[in-house]
Amino acid sequence: MNILVCAKQVPDTTEIKIDPVTNTLIRDGVPAILNPYDGYALEAAARLKDKDPEVKIVVVTMGPEAAKAVSKECLAIAADKAYLVSGRSFAGSDTLATSYILYNAVKEIEKVEGKFDFIFCGKQAIDGDTAQVGPEMAEWLGYGQITNGLECEMNGDKLEVLKEGADGNLVLSIKAPAVVTFTKPSFDPRFPTIKRKMAANKAVIEVLGDGFNPDMDDAKIGLKGSPTFVRKSFTPPVAAGGEILKAETPEDVVKLLVGKLTESHVI
Amino acid sequence: MDPKTKDLWVFVETKEDGSARNVGIELLNPGKELAAKQGGKLVAVVIGNNVQAAVDDAAKHGADQVIVIEGPEYQMFSTDAYATALVAAVEKYGPTAMLVGASVNGRDFAPRVSARLQTGLTADCTSLGIDEETGCIAWTRPAFGGNLMATILCKTARPQIGTVRPGVFKKAEEEAPHAEIIKEDIHVAAADIRTELVRKIQEGAEEVVDLEGADIIVSGGRGVGNAEGFAPLQELCDLLGATLGCSRAAVDAGWISHAHQVGQTGKTVAPKLYVACGISGAIQHRAGMAGSDVIVAINKDADAPIFEVATYGIVGDLKEIVPLLTEEVKKLKA
Repeated sequence: MNILVCAKQVPDTTEIKIDPVTNTLIRDGVPAILNPYDGYALEAAARLKDKDPEVKIVVVTMGPEAAKAVSKECLAIAADKAYLVSGRSFAGSDTLATSYILYNAVKEIEKVEGKFDFIFCGKQAIDGDTAQVGPEMAEWLGYGQITNGLECEMNGDKLEVLKEGADGNLVLSIKAPAVVTFTKPSFDPRFPTIKRKMAANKAVIEVLGDGFNPDMDDAKIGLKGSPTFVRKSFTPPVAAGGEILKAETPEDVVKLLVGKLTESHVI
Repeated sequence: MDPKTKDLWVFVETKEDGSARNVGIELLNPGKELAAKQGGKLVAVVIGNNVQAAVDDAAKHGADQVIVIEGPEYQMFSTDAYATALVAAVEKYGPTAMLVGASVNGRDFAPRVSARLQTGLTADCTSLGIDEETGCIAWTRPAFGGNLMATILCKTARPQIGTVRPGVFKKAEEEAPHAEIIKEDIHVAAADIRTELVRKIQEGAEEVVDLEGADIIVSGGRGVGNAEGFAPLQELCDLLGATLGCSRAAVDAGWISHAHQVGQTGKTVAPKLYVACGISGAIQHRAGMAGSDVIVAINKDADAPIFEVATYGIVGDLKEIVPLLTEEVKKLKA
């Protein structure tokens, strides 16, 4: 079985701070990491490989040259091969254009690696938080999809996916080829071994550059291929803060609070 | 595609019993204003099985027209059936814009719809308006974990589509219905639905945590200390008829399940009362609860950012304050 995992390099958004003077994002010094949800997708693929050593895991990353760090991290964790999609013409792509480029990358990589049975993605990237690229790529490919997966296993010719649903968890099954996106499971993803890390450092990451697929329609990529664009961005207004209740004893401060809440009919 | 109308559509998601999920009804409220500004009708699109309750609900909350797509294949949500049905309806009527609730299912199938229609989709919006210059819908959403807000336009492709967070908008007051009801005979063959339900997780039943519908939420964070630390919060919840929430820190520590999580990667809530216990108030958490009517923060650290959004703050140890609060509420109820 052949699995493609889509992995993005993202800034660690928990480390992002706002410059109090300019009121803008401070991006300098923010570590670039493997998008955690993509890490869960890779772990799901790795668990299938644990049960069936015949499983091949290929990773594709789209981003600048520096994103090779993520390709290597994925190789160190579980992947067998990694590709980087990187080109100036891809810059400025919104989710529809990005998913079109990735769809073309899938077709191109399949020429070398063979057809992928399943494509695993993180449910969303923590920088954009759209959760759209996986399903949109599935649409370009014409594949079925399951989103918000927690864990999965093969049952005959179907992949069974435990997923978060609107009213609690459920298990859905789907036949290959399909796209599955993953959210945070109850377990932690594995760490790379030293041996795998060393091998990954030496590994060659194949790059798919501008025009990697002659069939790709230039009008559908980059800024010009993106139906949406960012009109403006701003930092959220800081709230003024309310009233800090004070009293001699904790008992009194709680009484004060309950008084306020009953006065305003909140409780 | 070219829009055939200036109408604004709101997708109304249904439950398996045919009633509407809250978010679709909520979105009729901002939808009404946007439709009026664009000079079109406000149209609710209801997909499901035996959905009279949802249709009535939409009609009572301001819809000028309700398009109903019914069938057994829509009883349980599936990406394929819902995307196919909604695309067929959009192609027939050609709305200029469409709002979809950013629920688990909304965010699952909206990207299929927008990609099939080759149009723009903006995810998880928390504010809606009209861009003065272009007349387009101005979709505003958080990015970078809530650190940055971005306003996004879909300039030429139509319809403009966005998913909008549950709990951001309040339902409009009920009114006498005036909606025209249109039944659309759109069906999807079983063979075209590529996913199959294997089972629902029954033990998950008690894990169905209705944070979005809660009037009161008592929420705990890192300051709760351990899984057992949530017991006094649960006791207060039981007394108030409240729902137990938590911050991401508590989920990451393994003290409580993700179903309880409020914030950027959890649920967005807007209850009448939100009691944050031992939650520092990182921007990601505040993004999910800052819209609550009254916020009470209990935290040992007087500098915790949660106090910036709190209506009332108590600087103190939740382990001392919460039981006292429970006692006071008990007296009140006695």
